[in-house]
Amino acid sequence: MKNLLITTAVALILASCGTKQQQTEESTGLKGEIKLDGSSTVYPLAEAVAEDFGKANAAVKVTVGESGTGGGFKKFGRGETDISNASRPIKASEDSACKAANIEYIELPIAYDGLAIVVNKENTWLEKITVAELKKMWEPAAQGKITKWNQVNPKWPAQEIHLFGAGTQSGTFDYFTEAVVGKSKECRGDYTASEDDNVLVQGIAGDKLALGFFGLAYYEGNKDKLKLIPVDDEKKENGDGGIVPTSETVQNGTYQPLSRPLFIYISKKSAERAEVKAFAEYFVANAGKLAKEVGYVALPDAVYELVKKRLAAGTTGSVFTGKNTVGIKMEELLKDETPVEATATEKK
Amino acid sequence: MNNEDIKTLKNNSFKVWAVFATSIGLVMLGILLVKIGMDGMHRISMQFFTSLPSRRAEEAGIFTAWVGTLWIMGTTALIAIPVGIGAGIYLEEYSKKGWWSSFLEINISNLAGVPSIIYGLLGLEVFVRLLHMGESILAGSFTLALLILPIVIVSTRESIKAVPKTLREASYALGASKWQTVWMQVLPAAAGGVMTGIILALSRAIGETAPLIVVGALTYVPFTPKSVFDSFTVLPIQIFNWVSRPQAEFLVNAAAGIIVLVAITIVMNGSAVLLRNRWQKNVKW
Repeated sequence: MKNLLITTAVALILASCGTKQQQTEESTGLKGEIKLDGSSTVYPLAEAVAEDFGKANAAVKVTVGESGTGGGFKKFGRGETDISNASRPIKASEDSACKAANIEYIELPIAYDGLAIVVNKENTWLEKITVAELKKMWEPAAQGKITKWNQVNPKWPAQEIHLFGAGTQSGTFDYFTEAVVGKSKECRGDYTASEDDNVLVQGIAGDKLALGFFGLAYYEGNKDKLKLIPVDDEKKENGDGGIVPTSETVQNGTYQPLSRPLFIYISKKSAERAEVKAFAEYFVANAGKLAKEVGYVALPDAVYELVKKRLAAGTTGSVFTGKNTVGIKMEELLKDETPVEATATEKK
Repeated sequence: MNNEDIKTLKNNSFKVWAVFATSIGLVMLGILLVKIGMDGMHRISMQFFTSLPSRRAEEAGIFTAWVGTLWIMGTTALIAIPVGIGAGIYLEEYSKKGWWSSFLEINISNLAGVPSIIYGLLGLEVFVRLLHMGESILAGSFTLALLILPIVIVSTRESIKAVPKTLREASYALGASKWQTVWMQVLPAAAGGVMTGIILALSRAIGETAPLIVVGALTYVPFTPKSVFDSFTVLPIQIFNWVSRPQAEFLVNAAAGIIVLVAITIVMNGSAVLLRNRWQKNVKW
């Protein structure tokens, strides 16, 4: 404790003297402040980009908040932030709020996040699961009725099933219910819910009869404690049988329907500022590499090319809003919207 | 067993119960500190204090977070202490006892029980938007100050109440005005209790996350504040962020962050206790 106190004291003195090490000299001449806020799922990626961008551009102050996708869009719609991070596309109501405030935005998908279906290490009976079985477990009608494994599939044991999942306030919950049950936020209520995925990890790791879902990165971080279950969407075009979520299967679209796109929304007016433009370009150029580092999945290179062009052209509006993002074909959506000459060069 | 034995038995069992009750709190605190210490102590280093948040857990640090916490706590104290003590003095020394003062009293006690997120929403509307403070340290501090005001007011009142009436009368008898009596006699005599209230209040404020997030505290802030109008982050927010990360190394960072937060609280409370003891020594009656 004494050492700690001394360290604290020294640190205090250092800070008050203003001797904090300055990062590399600014070489780009850019300066100003860039404000990001929004999804806590996107946060680790935004933090990584801000960290690296900040090293190269010490005079640009990039701040990142995490008030949630919805909270982020509220601020964005009032013009309080330059960039809004989102784990789902902008909603029609949020879009009209932006329009009312005269805020145009550039919508850029920047990475994928896979949702993992996991069970306890000691679970011997589950080797793969179909979306239909997942739906049977999670739909609102299952509440109080589906309480045993063999009620979902007679091959499974006649033991209780314990479900763990994201809390109702998270974008993960929205996405999972949309993908599995078919309608966002429609779900049974009698499961163990937590907004903190690490709580779910602990719960499933300690319960032989558990099944749960959460971001793939949380499985990667706790591989030794959990068993990952391949998911079968019973659609041949997305690959046959159960598909294990990996960066490949998420990226090439065969791990369906549980991979979702993550977005950033840039205010068009902010993007006219040199430092914001540079930051956005940096974000798109490095998103793939950094996504992998923080546990997400990069978009295919071709999509990043399209995103780059979308940014360069300053195309505003959303191609995702109002659409079901489950099983979305991102390339097609973006291509539709990309200016003709850009598409032509893209095809080579 | 005669009467005397029963009395002794009762006496002893009550003592055992009291010791047990005290130790519950201490044991819990001990377990928490040992667990956190084992998880995070090895992570505490100069680098941890001087680095910004990073995607690489071993390079990440809490520089802007702990500086932000000190700014927020300092500004909150500057706002809450004079206002809280002032309100306490008014209610105890000046206001007429009647329905109005009991109404105020009930309200203040109720305010102490309002969930902190509500203060966050109030702060967002009043300080951030209406008074145009923006998402600044000032707005955050005013919000936290509101949050802890009831505690400061109530403890000020209670300790002023405890000052013997004879002291005031003696002061008046010597020709002192009301102001002189309050300032030179009552307040110094009540200082011990007032300080205890302030310590408790600030200890509550330092761990608050929810209201600060609502008024716009950020998570990644790569610069330290230069004034109270700058944007900020605080330790609990950084800790919360790390706890929710998927990689286990971030949990170590979180534990280390908690150690620092606990240390700041101890230093803060310790100095307040020292100050209080010194003050009380000078009070003689």
